[in-house]
Amino acid sequence: MSAPRFQLWSSVGKKLLTGVTGLALMGFIVTHLLGNLNLFVGSEAFNGYTEALHQMGALLIVAEVGLAALFLLHAISAIQVWRDKKKARSIQNSVVATKGPPSKQTAFSRTMIITGSILLAFVILHVAQFRFGLFGGLEYKTMIDGKEVRDLYRLVVETFANPAWVAGYMAVTLLLGAHLRHGFWSAFQSVGLLDPQLRPLAYSAGGVFAVIVALGFFVMPMYLFLFATVNP
Amino acid sequence: MTDAENTRSYKLRIWRQPDATSSGRLVDYEISEVGADASFLEMLDQLNENLVKKGEQPVAFESDCREGICGACGVCIDGRPHGPVTHLTTCALRMREFKDGETIVVEPFRANAFPVVKDLIVDRGAFDRVIERGGYISVNAGSAPEANMLAIGKDTAESAMDSAACIGCGACVASCPNASASLFVGAKIRQMALLPQGQVERTGRALAMVQQMDAEGFGDCSNHGECEAACPKAISIENIATLRREYLRAAFRS
Repeated sequence: MSAPRFQLWSSVGKKLLTGVTGLALMGFIVTHLLGNLNLFVGSEAFNGYTEALHQMGALLIVAEVGLAALFLLHAISAIQVWRDKKKARSIQNSVVATKGPPSKQTAFSRTMIITGSILLAFVILHVAQFRFGLFGGLEYKTMIDGKEVRDLYRLVVETFANPAWVAGYMAVTLLLGAHLRHGFWSAFQSVGLLDPQLRPLAYSAGGVFAVIVALGFFVMPMYLFLFATVNP
Repeated sequence: MTDAENTRSYKLRIWRQPDATSSGRLVDYEISEVGADASFLEMLDQLNENLVKKGEQPVAFESDCREGICGACGVCIDGRPHGPVTHLTTCALRMREFKDGETIVVEPFRANAFPVVKDLIVDRGAFDRVIERGGYISVNAGSAPEANMLAIGKDTAESAMDSAACIGCGACVASCPNASASLFVGAKIRQMALLPQGQVERTGRALAMVQQMDAEGFGDCSNHGECEAACPKAISIENIATLRREYLRAAFRS
């Protein structure tokens, strides 16, 4: 019998795909967090940063489409993993328990499909809200170096003057932290990078990463609500 | 302490299913005078003797060596394959691990790829069919060579042996929330991938065994790592990382 070909949609292919896209998305989330630190500096810094991104022109469109593809592939492969799981055990035992260490099964690992689904819905809303001005604000303009540019800072600050948006965004950042708690080390394992020496390191690093990223995004809406004002 | 003082009683809730096509249910039993040093299977033997005396059907379960090396035994005890202790087979589990008067729930290794044959016995033929697709060396590797003729580093030899320690009991599948067989298949692929005899068929082996694993209806892995805790041989999920590397490697070589 001749050997079958490599299948991206085999169980192992899907893991490779989920892992690679997960790693890339973590790279994006770090970049996004660092870029958003400009919000703490103020209107000029943040609008300057977004304008610099827009100066990339066609490259920005490529990056945006690429990011959308990453999110989609990550979600589709992960949803497929979840669906196969449902098919693989139609009768559940009446009692199910973990054996404890070295098992890494936690509430975080068991709820990846839930946190992931909410995060996907959030990303769509988030992009619609700030990139495409779903709730208005697309027309806000400001001057930087004598040039008229989009005033995204004003839209962000006005949005987070509303306590409901502040609470919603802060809640989502906690879910992001929960997703990354399992997702960070799991992504490295999925692409086959972890051996017994690296695994504890990656697992601990995943905890630190999840806390830093979640905390970084967590304080932003609160800071904007409390301290930020739109320049006259 | 005399034996009489060191015996316990238990309430048992055991999955009874007359055959593969019938539906099953949990049935309550009571058992007393179980020795603390009895193995879990000896406790089930004792229960079966009582059942036979009463003219009832004994509980069907598998066992062979009863010393933790064959992989025949294996049931879910209180939701955990092979019971509460990590890295142990059901036959090696002692009743001293359970408190006197405790209720113990005994169910089969559950996965659609492991259909129940009767009571606690499941058909693990899916594992055999995965092995048939490449879990062996079919090229002529010659007769046993002179010791030390094949230079293999100690670390590599030990690591391959760690993977080869798999007894195919199926606890990895039963413990996995997704009913994935990744640990089993990973171990079978890694033990060969590390050694020179396994190189000729390395690429085809990874592709064919993964294809069969999927065809058997095992779930996908979500890196919960529960399998490593349930594995009586403490086989590391490093083997699952290897499985991914080997599969990716095959993508560029097939």
